[in-house]
Amino acid sequence: MSTAAAAIPYTVDARPDTGLNNVKLGIWLFLASEVMLFGSLFAGYILLRTGNPAWGAGSELLSIPLATLNTIVLITSSVTMVMSWVAAMERNLKKLRLFMGATVGLGAVFMVVKGFEYAAKFEHHHPPSYSTFMACYFTFTGLHALHVLAGMGVNFYFGFPGAKMMQTDPQQFANRVEVAGLFWHFVDLVWIFLFPVLYLLNFGPPVSH
Amino acid sequence: MTDVSSHAHPETAAHGDSGHAHDEHPQHPDHPRPGFWRHYVFSTDHKMIGIQYAFTGLLFLLFGFSLMMLMRWNLAFPGKAIPLLGKLLGDTRMPGGSMLPEFYNQLGAMHGTIMVFLGVVPLAVGGFGNFVVPLQIGAPDMAFPRLNMFSYHAYFWGGVVMLGSFFAPGGAAQGGWTSYPPLSDILPTGQTLWILGMLFLITSSLLGAVNFITTIIQLRAPGLTFWRLPFFVWAQFVTSFLLLLAFPALQAAGIMQLMDRVAKTSFFLPQGLVVSGQVLKVSGGGSPLLWQHLFWFLAHPEVYVLILPAMGIVAEVIANNTRKPLWGYRPLVLSVVSIGALSFVVWAHHMFMTGMGTVMSTFFQTTTMIISIPSVIILTCLILSLWGGSIRFTPPMLFALAFLPMFGIGGLTGLPLGLASPDIHFHDTYYVIAHFHYVVAPGTLFALFAGIYYWYPKATGRYMSTKLGHLHFWPSLLFINGVFMPMFIQGMAGMQRRLYDGGASYTHTAHVLWLHKVISFSAWGLALSQIPFIINFFWSKRRGAPAPANAWDATTIEWAAPSPPPHGNFEVQPVAYRGPYEYSVPGHAGDFFPQSEPGPETVSPIPGTPHPAHA
Repeated sequence: MSTAAAAIPYTVDARPDTGLNNVKLGIWLFLASEVMLFGSLFAGYILLRTGNPAWGAGSELLSIPLATLNTIVLITSSVTMVMSWVAAMERNLKKLRLFMGATVGLGAVFMVVKGFEYAAKFEHHHPPSYSTFMACYFTFTGLHALHVLAGMGVNFYFGFPGAKMMQTDPQQFANRVEVAGLFWHFVDLVWIFLFPVLYLLNFGPPVSH
Repeated sequence: MTDVSSHAHPETAAHGDSGHAHDEHPQHPDHPRPGFWRHYVFSTDHKMIGIQYAFTGLLFLLFGFSLMMLMRWNLAFPGKAIPLLGKLLGDTRMPGGSMLPEFYNQLGAMHGTIMVFLGVVPLAVGGFGNFVVPLQIGAPDMAFPRLNMFSYHAYFWGGVVMLGSFFAPGGAAQGGWTSYPPLSDILPTGQTLWILGMLFLITSSLLGAVNFITTIIQLRAPGLTFWRLPFFVWAQFVTSFLLLLAFPALQAAGIMQLMDRVAKTSFFLPQGLVVSGQVLKVSGGGSPLLWQHLFWFLAHPEVYVLILPAMGIVAEVIANNTRKPLWGYRPLVLSVVSIGALSFVVWAHHMFMTGMGTVMSTFFQTTTMIISIPSVIILTCLILSLWGGSIRFTPPMLFALAFLPMFGIGGLTGLPLGLASPDIHFHDTYYVIAHFHYVVAPGTLFALFAGIYYWYPKATGRYMSTKLGHLHFWPSLLFINGVFMPMFIQGMAGMQRRLYDGGASYTHTAHVLWLHKVISFSAWGLALSQIPFIINFFWSKRRGAPAPANAWDATTIEWAAPSPPPHGNFEVQPVAYRGPYEYSVPGHAGDFFPQSEPGPETVSPIPGTPHPAHA
């Protein structure tokens, strides 16, 4: 059996009747499962909050300025991510390195700010076990931070050690950068939901039934 | 499987023109056979990964069954020492050879977990799905071969963590396979390992599901439209969507329970919880009910993950062994798709007894009744497919035929459980155990055995022994009914499940207590009945009768590949010219017309190209 028969079709080019290549479909399916993961967490938040008359105004314990800064950082990194994809499409290695470096760097800024936030919570004796709100805060943002880290790892690989693929197989490389970008935008989007739900929503003293 | 003569790395092979017929010699000298590790352990070939999954899954099924046989001893003879074996398990589990209640609880929790997550699903989806789906759709491999390898390894390590939890301080998880809090939040370390193991298994299933869906959508052979897909592929397609979209709910719940156990949060702990006479020092304010919602949001679709691939296998075997097309292919497909969709809105019928309210109960019992309609359609189509067929009673067909009444019993006895008022009586009794085991054991497992007998010639090039197959089938059928039928009687009498002495101290069930012995001896008989299968499985690999590529005169595309298929599967890219079950076509010589064989059709299966038969 030669290699030709073992070749997997549509790894680079789109299949005519579906209009997609394999990785593009794969990442959208993966993101669908991620939507269900974070969706379950948000659903859990709703159930816990509505079911607990003594919920309390938890968001007063959090720092809105720091979260706003982080929101801006992440949105900016989504822009630099798109620019990286443009660079990959243009086969411009220098530009790719610049924008991928910026994306990874902004991700790192986000993580450092997050680290300061976490440290402040422990300093003020508000660990996850303090209340169900703090449990939600640490679990949701922690899981999100793990996604940021994973995205940083992938982006670093494509920006630096893995970028040599641009010479050998530019189209497939551009596809991969695009897919990494879709993941990065998703992680960004999760934060856009987390920010208002955890930091901004504050209904004051809850009404008891 | 040993004839793989070359390996084309998917990375380097991916850029060549695909789908070409080629004239190179199969024994390509430039590509030596991959070494042991690349071939058997870190393989990226979907067939080897399928065999890895199937073999590991079978071992876990045997192990999970062994746990149950230990439990059956204590149910039949509560408190008595197990001869020989008992002393081997140590004083923390069986002091003096008789079982501690804590150890019984571990066995029960791990039996359920292992059978569902480490046995049936890996065999049905990971094993059969991986081996058969790419072959049936005429693809060279899965869409993402390295991801496929990673899925298997995540599953394997999840299994290792689960098994290792038996040796943790305090033993393995004891909270049942459902791990309901608050109990599971305060159990010993084994429960933490259970969660970590589950996170591995969930990762494996999610990546596998992405791979299956992409493969089925993208890698179908030319001409193989969705309405020409074999029913088995449809079943795997829907199953993958269930895994993809339902498992994240358990992932979220598992992360929350992990936080409860490790970071002392209170996602599932209410205020003022008293444990061993002391108020638990936690913030409280959580909801044990949240776990049940998230768990069953996964675990009800999971039930369909267990049954749909089995139905797919039965459909293939029945079409092949009745020598006629499936009765109602389109209703079958529409039913399997609607089951998939509806399975996401029935989960709380497991929770009628939680006090969630009558409005919720009414909603979920209504959806449960609705989902029974497509299930009945599928079973009806499969039974009607037998009508007028010239049935060949091969070993796979025996198991497929037994599946029909066995699944029927399992399904119909589920109806009273799906209605809130009879469920008040039946909930948490042996009736429930009998019901879901009829679906999964003589139902799904029999279908999986049918699949093993059916596709074994494709995987090895040899048939399994028919004589040993009969020796496996008939006693298994007898004993498995001996195990589960009496449980209906016990359950209707009100015998509670999960009691380590089997309810020996309950007076209201004293008259059905003797059935425990019937069940236990049947279970041990069932174990002995598997010996012919184990012998057959290994013996036939070398000594079985040689099988031609199309071992059963079948129509679907996997039989167009050599047996065992080489790396890359097909010598020539197959093309689908017609539907999957063209048996006994009037006017066609022979009683089967393979899907990939050019025929007298004048329209080319691929638009814009000349028809091969006329070119």
